[in-house]
Amino acid sequence: MAGHGREALAPPAGQVPTQELGAAVRSRPAGHRTLLVALAALRVGPAAILVLLMVVLGLLSDVFLSLENIGNVLNQSAVICILALGQLLVVVTRGIDLSVGSTLSLSAVIGATVWRDHRSAALAVLAALVTGLLVGLVNGLLYVKGRLPHPFIPTLAMLTAASGLALYLSHSETVQGAPPVVDEIGAGRIAAIPGGGDVGWFPTATLAVIAVALVLTLVTRGMVWGRWIYAVGGSPEAAVRNGIPVPSVLISVYVLCGFLASVAALLTMGRADAGSPTSGALAELDAIAAVIIGGASFLGGRGSVVNALTGALVIAVMRNGLNLLGIDPNWQYMATGAVIVAAVELDVVRGHLESRFRSLQAVSTR
Amino acid sequence: MSTSAPVLQVHEASKRFGAVVALERVTFDVGRGEVLALLGDNGAGKSTLIKAISGVHRLDSGSIVLDGVDMTAATAMAVRAHGVETVYQDLALFDNLDPAANFFAGRELAGPAWLPRGLRVMRHRRMAERTRDLLDRLQVSLPDLAAPVALMSGGQRQAVAVARAVAFSSRMVILDEPTAALGLRESARVLDLIRRLKQDGVAVILVSHSMDHVMAVADRALVLRRGRAVGETVPTAQNHEQLVAWIVGAAGAGSV
Repeated sequence: MAGHGREALAPPAGQVPTQELGAAVRSRPAGHRTLLVALAALRVGPAAILVLLMVVLGLLSDVFLSLENIGNVLNQSAVICILALGQLLVVVTRGIDLSVGSTLSLSAVIGATVWRDHRSAALAVLAALVTGLLVGLVNGLLYVKGRLPHPFIPTLAMLTAASGLALYLSHSETVQGAPPVVDEIGAGRIAAIPGGGDVGWFPTATLAVIAVALVLTLVTRGMVWGRWIYAVGGSPEAAVRNGIPVPSVLISVYVLCGFLASVAALLTMGRADAGSPTSGALAELDAIAAVIIGGASFLGGRGSVVNALTGALVIAVMRNGLNLLGIDPNWQYMATGAVIVAAVELDVVRGHLESRFRSLQAVSTR
Repeated sequence: MSTSAPVLQVHEASKRFGAVVALERVTFDVGRGEVLALLGDNGAGKSTLIKAISGVHRLDSGSIVLDGVDMTAATAMAVRAHGVETVYQDLALFDNLDPAANFFAGRELAGPAWLPRGLRVMRHRRMAERTRDLLDRLQVSLPDLAAPVALMSGGQRQAVAVARAVAFSSRMVILDEPTAALGLRESARVLDLIRRLKQDGVAVILVSHSMDHVMAVADRALVLRRGRAVGETVPTAQNHEQLVAWIVGAAGAGSV
């Protein structure tokens, strides 16, 4: 299992107060239990933040908890969710992908252009997805084969390059129109789910998010490759020594991240019924913030699909709630900043508690 | 000395780095179930020697034979495939993963076999069972097998690293300063573990600065000084001073 998403740790079973060294070292099960409870509490931190936000906003606004508004939040959050899932894979391997927003824009422009020129939904979707794959592949190859010192560099370069290409191809104008199937996924509601009248309230895009999240959960927990990305993030040196193909693993996460950016591009195209060269601007920051709020560590090896989604929802809910309350949109950015700092502080606290726990183990177990 | 044929025979091993002579004609062997302590001051050549055996460094001259097979020119992977595992001081553990994931990292039990390795589905239960069996056999008790290694003490982590090494090595384990970072009680646990490896017939090379630990578990001690083997003896409380004298260079070379 990959470190993070575990249930609460059971209290150590093999704890026997040992007599041979007398009073100098005593077992302290009470200390253990407190620490384990605290660590378990930190593990549900992102979910706690989300629930707290929803309770507070529900009390402050009559509309917030209405199905219609929840549907809106879900629809608005779908793009951040998909981007965050891609970013998660990269962050788990100690990396970062700054280019996902630009990749989104480029994929949307290319998808919409192909649709405008050829009127083939399949071709348009394929073109958009291949764009993301290729951008990710270039990022991965530049970082791994180009031996650039940190993924910050190639993906920063890609941020500007892909954005430039998107503006060039579209002559800096929104390419109108998108295939009906894309519109349906990006903007449609599922009427079959009751509560939203004839139109429905539950966004189709959320189904797409759930599908992607399910696949990624199965892959990260069940597949050898999933284990490898956590291993590479936990210790790249140990991964090499244990025969894990580290370069391929690293390239693969950037490819998948690029691919997911183009999936997010399809959702964006559908919502706007167009492909805009600026539709993904600054989206990379939301994605990174979501992953951090979701408790993934920039030191690598930690983070889970569910928590990354929770982080994305925290951002979307905050934005929506502050809008509903009529608060200046600029406060949203400041609030996001505060939540990021709080989330990382929690991670620091977790590190302290873990090392306390380790030293307790050293004196109290057999 | 062991009764059966030695597992490892090192003959006239020499290695230099530029002008620095790291090893000069070092000869020794290790038998099945034997614990050989490697002693020496910093820079005496201990690291170079264990890295040469584990295939990280290539000798300039001399030979390394494992169970009758010449491994002098073998790569690190080939040496591991031949049943020799080295546990370095940094342990090379994945802190974020549980013991089972650490044991099987890079050699996960997974299927189906016709898929590329990375795309196979892991057999979680089988890996957990194998891990539990091995830890039981080595009498290593961990508080929680599902907890990440990050939550374990230094001794428990050392135990996981050593257990991982023997899980995949039938012949020999090289331990580089396994007790250096540990307290009294935790050191005792690791020494117990070494004794059990010995009972299992695994050959052990133990690099250590602690004379007490060497006397507690080693069958023989080999002292290196400035790249040469300057003494070899059964470490006991009686020849403790002789060993120290060899290490610091206060006495002539030779066996007691």
